[in-house]
Amino acid sequence: MTEESNELSTLVAVLRADYDAILDEWLAAQSDEGVRRTELFSEREIRDQSRSVLSAIQDALTGNGEFRLESEDWEPVKDLLKTISQERVDRGGTIEESTRFILTLKQPMFEHLKRHFRSRIEDLLDEIWLSSRIIDQLGMYTMRVFLEERDAVIRRQQAEMMDLSTPVVQVWDGIVALPLIGTLDSERAQMVMENVLEAIVEREALIAIIDITGVPAVDTLVAQHLIKTAAAIRLMGAECVISGISPRIAQTIVHLGVDMPEVVTRGSLESALQYAFQTIGLTVRGK
Amino acid sequence: MPPAPAKRIRLASTSDIVNARRAAQAMLEAAGMRQIRITRFSTAISEIARNTVTHGGGGMMELAHEAFDGRRWLTATFTDSGAGIADIEQAMSDGFSTAKSLGLGLGGAKRLADAFEIESTPQGTTVKLACRLT
Amino acid sequence: MSRHGADRGAPILALGRNLVVSIRDDLDDQAIVELQDRLTEEISRRRAEGVIIDVSRLDVVDTFAGRMIGALAKMSRILDARTVVVGVRPAVAMTLVELGMTLGEVETALNLDRALEILAGSKSR
Repeated sequence: MTEESNELSTLVAVLRADYDAILDEWLAAQSDEGVRRTELFSEREIRDQSRSVLSAIQDALTGNGEFRLESEDWEPVKDLLKTISQERVDRGGTIEESTRFILTLKQPMFEHLKRHFRSRIEDLLDEIWLSSRIIDQLGMYTMRVFLEERDAVIRRQQAEMMDLSTPVVQVWDGIVALPLIGTLDSERAQMVMENVLEAIVEREALIAIIDITGVPAVDTLVAQHLIKTAAAIRLMGAECVISGISPRIAQTIVHLGVDMPEVVTRGSLESALQYAFQTIGLTVRGK
Repeated sequence: MPPAPAKRIRLASTSDIVNARRAAQAMLEAAGMRQIRITRFSTAISEIARNTVTHGGGGMMELAHEAFDGRRWLTATFTDSGAGIADIEQAMSDGFSTAKSLGLGLGGAKRLADAFEIESTPQGTTVKLACRLT
Repeated sequence: MSRHGADRGAPILALGRNLVVSIRDDLDDQAIVELQDRLTEEISRRRAEGVIIDVSRLDVVDTFAGRMIGALAKMSRILDARTVVVGVRPAVAMTLVELGMTLGEVETALNLDRALEILAGSKSR
């Protein structure tokens, strides 16, 4: 590969020559822009992170002659940025801080390119454009992984919350009940289905009562989920009763044209329990 | 870290269907997916793998990690050089239970996967299933 | 309790007047045909009153397997044996519902005990 076809050669040279200065100036630029929140990361950590990233960038630039973020040369840089972003999410940092971390590198780079090229404006502009492109793409990558990690954290928390909010109660030997409270969305309905099926296996239940007294409204998707749940319960050899259907929900179901064949429904948890006891062959006697 | 290399499974006879399914299960388990999602996707894989063997005259499945739309996916691409499906829409609507389309679990597979693509010509068929990891 | 059938494929156990067959995860098409042969043979030979199909080892049931189970149940019914399927896993149940498969009018039970209760119940017909 000749010097001319290696578009990154100048950047590498400048970076190599002025490495320490660029690193120091980058750290200074980070403080200026309010990126270095020392309550999140210690001075030491920030310095280490910056140094690792800068070295990795230098290595990546030394690779192939052309800049392509997808190439293997840039994997180490991306891995570092990903880890740093994830750390920032975990410690409550913002997406701006995370992205500005890498974007502030432009300042020292441009400064040193300026010194290198002095009055050769044309060449200077080319290099500035190139380094800008590289840092921008790294910035966009950082944003993306920050968001991905934050989404993952939110999903984990939601799953935990959902787990806690759909407890299964063993009402009697062979009868389990799932009293649902609050709005049911499609995802929660899915969780309900999984929980009730697992509970049926664990408790060896014959009948599962899903009580929706505490659910204000139901849309088509959720209604369909409940029906699928009843079908799955039947497939496993148990029976499903949906209780606590309010007049409003009953109307919704009919208006939505949702078909509910073979699903046993009851207006109240009480009558559902009566049905359940009857089915397993028990009678409740007064004293 | 570069993504895990793609995995190719030969689909020549019906006993290869289990291999295809288990390979997918292993990759989904390694990715930390919940059991229900693993079962759903593996079932879809089983359907298409069977089609490839019995209707496509045998072929190949390739499992790979892909990223698009800012998310990560596990994709399964099935290829065969069979006679192709004449009417894809009909095949998919009949789904699973009618005598006419015995074996064509296409409709079911589509519902069970997070993404589904199919291309079929008299030279062969390609089906791509995807399971969203993030 | 006595045992019949080759170990390749699914073993068929006899429990009184009932037969229990445990479907394995990796049955190939050949083994399935053999199983159908053996099962119908045994039902007939023993004049079995009930057949329990145990699918607890199946972590995936696709439309083909579903139809196979349905076919076994139908064959048994034709031979006048009441059939109960046990051991459908939650994830499998959910997937079958998604696929729209209901295993026909095949009865299901959560476990072997329940299945035997169901079959015992039918004796007093």
